[in-house]
Amino acid sequence: MTTALIAKNLVVVRGNSTLLNDVSLEIKAGELVAVIGPNGSGKSTLLGAVAGDFALDAGSVTLNGNDLATLAPRELARARAVLPQQIVISFPFTVREIVAMGRSPWRDDNDDERIDSAMHRLEVMSLRERTYQTLSVGEQARVSMARVLAQDTPLLLLDEPTAVLDIGQQERFLAIARALVDEGRGVVAVLHDLNVAMRFATRVVVLHEGRCVASGDPQSVLTPVLLSDVYHQKIQVTTTMEGRSVILPEQR
Amino acid sequence: MTDTRRTSIFAVGMFLLALLVATTLLSLASGAFRISFLDLLRIIGDGPSGEPIDGVAHNVFWQVRLPRVVLAVVVGSSLAVAGVIMQGIFRNPLAEPATVGVSAGAAVGAVIAIIIGLNEFPLGVQIAAFIGGTLSTALVYLLSRSDGKTEVVTLILTGIAINAFAGAVIGFGVFVADDDDLRSVTFWSLGTLGLATWKAVGVVAPLALAGMLISTRFARVLDILALGDRPASHLGVRVEPVRLQAIAVVGLLASSAVAATGIIAFVGLLVPHIMRIVLGPRHRHLLWTSALLGATVTLLADLAARTLLSPAELPLGVVTALIGAPFFLLLLRSTRRSQGGWA
Repeated sequence: MTTALIAKNLVVVRGNSTLLNDVSLEIKAGELVAVIGPNGSGKSTLLGAVAGDFALDAGSVTLNGNDLATLAPRELARARAVLPQQIVISFPFTVREIVAMGRSPWRDDNDDERIDSAMHRLEVMSLRERTYQTLSVGEQARVSMARVLAQDTPLLLLDEPTAVLDIGQQERFLAIARALVDEGRGVVAVLHDLNVAMRFATRVVVLHEGRCVASGDPQSVLTPVLLSDVYHQKIQVTTTMEGRSVILPEQR
Repeated sequence: MTDTRRTSIFAVGMFLLALLVATTLLSLASGAFRISFLDLLRIIGDGPSGEPIDGVAHNVFWQVRLPRVVLAVVVGSSLAVAGVIMQGIFRNPLAEPATVGVSAGAAVGAVIAIIIGLNEFPLGVQIAAFIGGTLSTALVYLLSRSDGKTEVVTLILTGIAINAFAGAVIGFGVFVADDDDLRSVTFWSLGTLGLATWKAVGVVAPLALAGMLISTRFARVLDILALGDRPASHLGVRVEPVRLQAIAVVGLLASSAVAATGIIAFVGLLVPHIMRIVLGPRHRHLLWTSALLGATVTLLADLAARTLLSPAELPLGVVTALIGAPFFLLLLRSTRRSQGGWA
């Protein structure tokens, strides 16, 4: 599995505002790239552009050297899965049925095994016959992630995967994400929690007003100076007794 | 787990089939001219050209009642399947050919075709109805969509506008043109199976069958569309082409039905909803079970229409609306609750 997704000099304009301005992103197998930045900085737009959701105003996205636009939808669906922020499902499908939809680009002998293993991993097996609408927000998020896992792709694009999870669920989720990376998959995750980015990312990309202002390994990118500037808030980075870096807002 | 479900789908299918057969026999036997079940079997045994023992019963059966029953089955299943597909592509349980104006669009097409003389050509009326129905489906779709989902309010309001406009065009057409083929405003707006002939069946049945066969191709994709447009496209679905094809199939099913029987409302709303409660929302099963139940419901409604005030006959749409409209209100209420108000 040597899948690589390369986005070069992306520009996305909507009306009068430039949502992405010359942003590049590269994701290879075995990497977890965290995309961070304040609200409205273009994180979700970047994820959508990389997923092939819309036409670009400039720049290119290639998957293993092929332009995304030239790939058949099903081919693309076998290469990358996307976890959107909360989704609304219009009919009362059961959890099992929804996770099974993740197999739609494949539909082969592995389906049942992949569906079951994805449901086990996200601990939604006990919910399998419940309908999606009756679940809590956290449960819905885990079901959606199970669907994405069932898709069994070398690349995963996750938009704020931990936003609605409690701290325990979040840790378990991040362990899953790390395991996916260890299996040789590439993960791009839009994250709000800077400490999560610090602990789990192989690389961090910082967006600010549609531009990429920094990118590199978390320790060297997530500095008090850069973060304070980007978030308009004094932010400090301290080190715990175990030697872990912790990012905290400074009290006014 | 899947096995028990498969059995229950099989059982439900068998039940629906038995119900349809029983309703068909009941419809064939009853009416202004009663035919006993024994005579019914004898007449069927004689065949259409056989030597009749009872001439009147023979003619009533082969020339009046059987084409009417067959047309009810074809039209009822078409409308129900059209309802399933519309609800799937609109991601909205309130979409249905009649309430959102698709049937009215088809009726306008048919009326215009008759006025300008297209009914002289084979399938002329049906093609015009198809164009009218497909255009109004596309129009409703474009007008009521936002963020890949149709809002209930806009959907209903668009339906009101299209229905009002279509009603005016139909009324005007019937008023100015004095063509017997145009029939009456009541025919178009309330629908009836009273004009069923083998000729009508011969035109509608192949179109309906084609539409239903094509619709089976959409079953899996309609499931995935429930996730929303973007998640569906992330799973490899070509969302826009699929939706355009589905709109054309809805146009085909609804317009062939409307050209033959006028606008029969609420079958496409009631039937898929009942089947979704019984079997869940998976379209693979929803489509064919809705076709069976749609045929049964339409047969029963027609039976009521022609026997309640016998020998006079109610327009079929009166019966379907009496049952369907209150149900529509209930569904509107529950949809509103699940979507957290209208605003």
